[in-house]
Order: sequence, then C-alpha cells, then structure tokens
Amino acid sequence: MNQRSDTLVSTETTAPFLSLSGIGKTYPGVVALDDFSMDVSPGEVIGLVGENGAGKSTLMKILGGVVKPDRGTILLDGAEHAALSVESSIASGIAFVHQELNLFENLDVAANIFLGREPLRGGPLKLVDRRRLRMMVAPLLKRVGANFSADTPVASLSLAQQQMVEIAKALSINARLVILDEPTSSLPLAETEKLLAVISALKADGISVIFISHRLHEVERVADRVVVLRDGTLAGTLPKNLIDHDRMVKLMIGRALTARVAEAHRPPGNVALKVTAIRTAAYPTRPVDLAINYGEILGLAGLVGSGRTELARVLFGIDKNYGGSTALDGKDVKLTSSTKAVANGIFLVPEDRKLNGILLDLPISQNISLPNLPVHAPRFMVSSERENAAAEIQGKRLGIKAPSVSTRTGTLSGGNQQKVVLAKWLSMNPKVMIFDEPTRGIDIGAKNEIYGLMRKLADAGVAILMISSDMEEVIGVSDRIAVMHEGQIAGILEKDKFSQENVLLLAVGKAIH
Amino acid sequence: MSKKDLGLLLLIIAVGIVVAIINPRFLLPINLANTSNLIGLFGILSIGQAFVIITGGIELSVGSLVAFLGVLFIDFVAVQNMPWPIALPVILIVGGIFGAIHGWLITRLNLQPFVVTLCGLLIYRGAARFYTADGTAGFAFGQNFPDLEFLTAGRFYGVPNTFIALVIIAAVMWIVLHRSVYGRYLYAIGKNEEAAKYSGIRTAKMVMIAYVICGVLTALSAIYFAMYTRSISPASHGQFYELYAIAAAVLGGFSLRGGEGSLIGVVLGTILLQELQNLVNLLGIPSSLNFAVMGGVILIGVLIDQQWTAIRARRLLISAARRPDARLPAE
Repeated sequence: MNQRSDTLVSTETTAPFLSLSGIGKTYPGVVALDDFSMDVSPGEVIGLVGENGAGKSTLMKILGGVVKPDRGTILLDGAEHAALSVESSIASGIAFVHQELNLFENLDVAANIFLGREPLRGGPLKLVDRRRLRMMVAPLLKRVGANFSADTPVASLSLAQQQMVEIAKALSINARLVILDEPTSSLPLAETEKLLAVISALKADGISVIFISHRLHEVERVADRVVVLRDGTLAGTLPKNLIDHDRMVKLMIGRALTARVAEAHRPPGNVALKVTAIRTAAYPTRPVDLAINYGEILGLAGLVGSGRTELARVLFGIDKNYGGSTALDGKDVKLTSSTKAVANGIFLVPEDRKLNGILLDLPISQNISLPNLPVHAPRFMVSSERENAAAEIQGKRLGIKAPSVSTRTGTLSGGNQQKVVLAKWLSMNPKVMIFDEPTRGIDIGAKNEIYGLMRKLADAGVAILMISSDMEEVIGVSDRIAVMHEGQIAGILEKDKFSQENVLLLAVGKAIH
Repeated sequence: MSKKDLGLLLLIIAVGIVVAIINPRFLLPINLANTSNLIGLFGILSIGQAFVIITGGIELSVGSLVAFLGVLFIDFVAVQNMPWPIALPVILIVGGIFGAIHGWLITRLNLQPFVVTLCGLLIYRGAARFYTADGTAGFAFGQNFPDLEFLTAGRFYGVPNTFIALVIIAAVMWIVLHRSVYGRYLYAIGKNEEAAKYSGIRTAKMVMIAYVICGVLTALSAIYFAMYTRSISPASHGQFYELYAIAAAVLGGFSLRGGEGSLIGVVLGTILLQELQNLVNLLGIPSSLNFAVMGGVILIGVLIDQQWTAIRARRLLISAARRPDARLPAE
C-alpha cells in the first residue's frame, strides 16, 4: 500500500506538463535553435545555462509565444501545438521575470502587481478598489516571503525585493512555470540567498522554475536538473547528482576550462594610490583606509550597499569626498572631478556599462577617443583618420569583434562593449584602474578574456582595484582581497586566506578565524 | 551634408518654385534681399539656440533678451552717446554674462533649463520695459551712425550684411560644432551626459559654455534687430523669437532630447521658416494665419522625419538579419 502511494506521488511529480521536442528555429543566415527537446515537470527547478548566443533567448521567446519555431512540437497539458501564441503562453501559466525588471518605480507594489487588472468599484467612474487590491496582494507577498507591504513604493525596494514583486506578479496570474532570466546577476550575496529561498518556496508549491544564469554555483545549488545549450543545440542534460561547475562549463564551451586567470608574474611594487580616512556620501561617518600597489589586482568584495561603488566614484572624482585624503605615488592629489582623476592616470570602468561606460549611439572609434580627444585633434580639429587608426590598434590589441571601428557601439555584445570601455583607457597610460563589476552580464569566454587583460595590465605595472560581487571572480582573479562592510574595510585577505567563507564572514561584519 | 539636410534643402527649393510660379514677385531682388535679411537676423539667433539644444537644454529667454539688450544698445548709443565700437562689445559681453548665469544655475544648482530660462524670459522682458518706463527706445531724428548702419542694415553688392554675417558665423560655428573637440563633447553630453562625465569630460563647464555662446549670439542678433527696426517698443519687440529659434532647430533635425542635429540643418530650418513667412505674404494668405502655417509645416516636417527614421530602422533590421553572423539581440 505504502509502496503504491509512493509510486503514485512520484509519477505525479515527474509527468511533464510541458514538453518540447525537436524544436528548431532558423533566422536568415543563422540557426538559432536546432532539434532541441526538453521536458518540464511540475515542481521542478531546471537550470538553463549556455554562453551568450547559445540560443537561450530564442528558446525563451518560443515559450513566451513571441517567436514561432520552424520545426518540432510543443506538448502542453497533453495538447500538441506547433507554436504557442502570447495569449496561450500566458493562459497556460508561463510567466517571465526578465533580467531587466519591468516595474514602475513610481508606483507601489500592489499597483505594479495588478497593473491593468485592478479590482474596480462599481459606478461610472470605475475607481480602483484599493482595499480589495491590498487584500489580493498580501497573500501573494507572503508566498514569496516578502518583508515589505503592498503599499511600499517600488523605488524604495532593493533589487531582490523588486524581483520578488515580479515573482508575486507571476503568481497572481496562477503561473505554473516561472522563468527567471539572469535573476542574480546584479544581486549581492545576501539578496541572492533570499531569491534562492523564494525558488525553493515555488518548488514546494508545485510551481516549476527555469533558472537561467551565468553564475554556475547558484545553478548548482538550486537546480534539480541542468540543461546546457551550445550553439543552438542541446549540449547535454545533467541530473541532480551530476551537477557541478566543471561539468557545466565543459558542456557549455565544449572543453574543460583551464586555470581561470594567470597568476601574477612579478611581485607587486610600491604603493600607487593610498586612501586615508576617505568618507563617502553613503557612509559619511565611516572613514575608509586602503592602499593599492602597482602591479597587483586588489579585489574589493562586500555586499551590495557596503559602499564599494561609492568609494570608486569618490576615487574617480565623480562624487564629493566627505573628508580624508588621497595620495598618488606618495603625493597628495585632490580628485575633485573625473577630469582630474583622468589627468592623474586614475581610470574607472563603471558598473553600468550602458549608462556610464559608453555612448551606445556613437561608433566604436569615437567612444575610444572620447577621453583623450585633444590628442586626436591637432590644430583644434578632430581628425577622424587619427581616431580610426587608434581605434584599430586598440581593437586588435583587445580582440574587439566588430565589422569595423565605425560600427555603432550599441550593436555589439556585452563583452565587446566592455572591451570598448577598456580600450578608452588603455591608450592613455593608466596608473590605477578601477573595475566595477567588470564581467557583469558577459559570457564565460569573454569573461576570461577580460581577466586575462586585467592580469596583463597588472603585469605591466598598473595598480588594479576590482570591485566584484561574484565570489568565484573575486577569489579567482585577485592577488589580495579587501572586504567592505557597511562603509568600512572589514579586513584584507592575503592569498593563503582566500576562501568563500572568509570573504563572506568579513562581508557580514564577523571576524575570520 | 546629411540626407536630412539635403531633404530640407530640396523642400526649400520646391516651396520656392511653387511660390515663384504663383507669384513671380517672390524672385524680385528686393523681396529676396528682404527675406535674406530676415534669414540673417533669425539665423544668428537660431544657431545660438542650437548649441543649447544639442546639450539637451533649451533657452526660452532669447526673445526677451533681444528686447532688453536692444533697448540697452540703443540707449547706450543714442542717449548715452557711447561710441558704438564700445557699446557693441559691451552688449555682447552682457549677453555672454546672462548666458553664463543661466548655465551656472543649470549645471551647478541643478535647475531645469526650461525653468531657468522661462524665468529669464519674464525677467528680461520686465527689465526692458522698466528701463524705458514702457516707452519706445529709438534714435532721435537726424541721428546717424553711417558705419554702424552699414554693418548692420546695409548691403554689399545687394546682399544684406546681416546675411553675410550669418554665413560667416555659420561657417565658424560649423567648424566648432562638427570638427572641434568642443563640438564632439557637446554631442557626447547631449547623448549621455553621465557617460561623458565618466570619460573625464568637464560636462558642467561645457554646458555652461554652450549657454554663453547662445547668450553672445543672441546679443549680436539683438543689436542687428535693434538696428533693423531702429525703434524698440519693449513690450512686444522680440516676442516669440525664442520659438522661431527653437522651431528652426527642430525643423533642421535637432532633437530636444539633445545630441542630434547639424549646423546646416538649423540654418536651413531658418531659411524654410522665413520662406514660409514670405509665402504667407505673397500668396495673400491672411497674415493672422502666419503662426498656424508655421506650426502646420513644422508638425508635418517632424512627422515625415519620424516616419522616415522608422522605415530606415526597419530596413536596417532586415539587412542585419540577413547577415550571416547576425545573432539575436544580445541576451
């Protein structure tokens, strides 16, 4: 009897409600997806990994009903479809939480969740029934474990909380499959934990999750099964007991990844930039002391909101400094504007590439020449020949893949855009380079290229400060790790003390053993 | 010359041909000279405005400034007996100072350009009226300044000197906007001020300079307008001129969000506007419809431009999809 009921339960949970078989999609000149098959069972968490361009987007668009596959069938609740429509996708309970959240920051949580579906009071004015709206939202928030209320303005929520709102929105339409596209790429450690907990809660409710991420250790933690895409085809599926980092990477790139980044080739030199008792706008009462040496990569870890980006902005002269001093090569420098920082050879590769790093509408060459324009302008006039020549050199040096240097920068992939940001600075003899989340949203191949470039710079004597929330990156790339906690340096780890645990302990304000 | 500018030029020629056919007086030298004089006056004003619009800003006070600075200039020269070679640079400097104040309020105190210059519009108009006690400023009978009059209202081989001034200013400003480091900075700031700042550009200073340029060019055109009308009633002189300038820039392909537009575009925009004014006069359209015709043409022009951009974008997308290495938009 017991045995029978067990079998019953297990068949219930494994019978797929969505099944793709032999799906193919060809765009003019490119096969985006070929002979792809996948099942989704209720309550299953599927990790979907693959490099950029592997076909994940196309697959998502097919599930969302935005794109129609050319070949194959989609079996949904036993009914066979050649393609889904947007309406049938929504009606069957497929919900998306995109990497770029689609929330209205000026509205509150409840308004966002039921936007366009607000409960209305009767009467000719059709006013929103705010009381009923709140009553409808409260249980949804509870299900995602939210610690904020329905009338909180979205603008005041953290990124993870905003994702919870998106997930609550998915639950409000009775989602059976929630597709999370790169949900953790911009989340700090503690917030990531919260999100992973939400995923477990969804799973416990019998809701399936497709979790797309470049952060493999998170996939490793939550996924019941990992589906790996490579060049539009299914590279492999890993059952729970076989999920590990190396296997995923091997399937993603078709070979095992060797050492992530080269070791330093020479010992670090003198102190390049010394920061004494600097205070930032985020933590005006907490002084920061830090010294970055020539030839080293100093990792700066910490939770998001611990004041790392603010420190970088002060060092680059974007933000005002609320006290303290900075010394370059032992001499006091006043970094009161980005112009001064640049003149002193202190360069920043900012966190938000599209907002701060590059001008999407300009060609590659004009982005590269921008910080150093007077050099390209003999006798007052900008010479596009000079600009293009310089851009060609940098493009070759960094391996920027683009049809030409006059290509619009916005059309490049994330990795290539990041290389354009690097190219801006490399022609100008950097002394200190600050990288703020240098590989966010960049695929593994390009990531390793960026790491290689950073190491090459350090070996050439440049002092590098790398802010990163990616634990693997911090540990794999840094020569030393400084950890920030609530606006202050909580500790500095030398190579022999490197471990996830130590970084985490310092980041949450505890002492290491 | 970009395709946009070329399209505008063709439109100007086409309208010109139609008007000339309906009313051949359009091509009389006296009409052409008058129109090109007005083009010169408004063109200088519009180029100043264009520099501000490129940064994503707007300058609403230029009409009032034309009145205020015009009043000051006539007062200096006609009443205070200041030699005009001194009065002229003084007025230009005053215009530059007003521009600097606007730029300072906008970049350092983070006020919105619309608000700052709207206040300017009100303040300078009031100042102009107060300065003359709401009377008309003008030259006394028999007061003559032959050199100044030649330079401002005179003609050189039949070509109005204002138009020649516009050509010279446009040429210089074309180099500044399209070839110089400063021009490149302005476009970068207009497109994405943050990214420009993160490239080490002193964005605040650059934007401020744009307002100073606008102030100086406005002051210059204020002098030209003063010498053109020779008497100024400060309550109405220069009224709506800021809108002419903005309209010329918009017609010339400028985006009010900043970062887009060309110097040739704004000059052609001015020419088209003045041609339309002329058309209203020559075709016997009631002059009360003047503004309505202008508004209609601008609306149609912007609509066509917008549709054209959409079509081009679609074509680009299709050709990109055909390229073998094309991928879906980045994940």
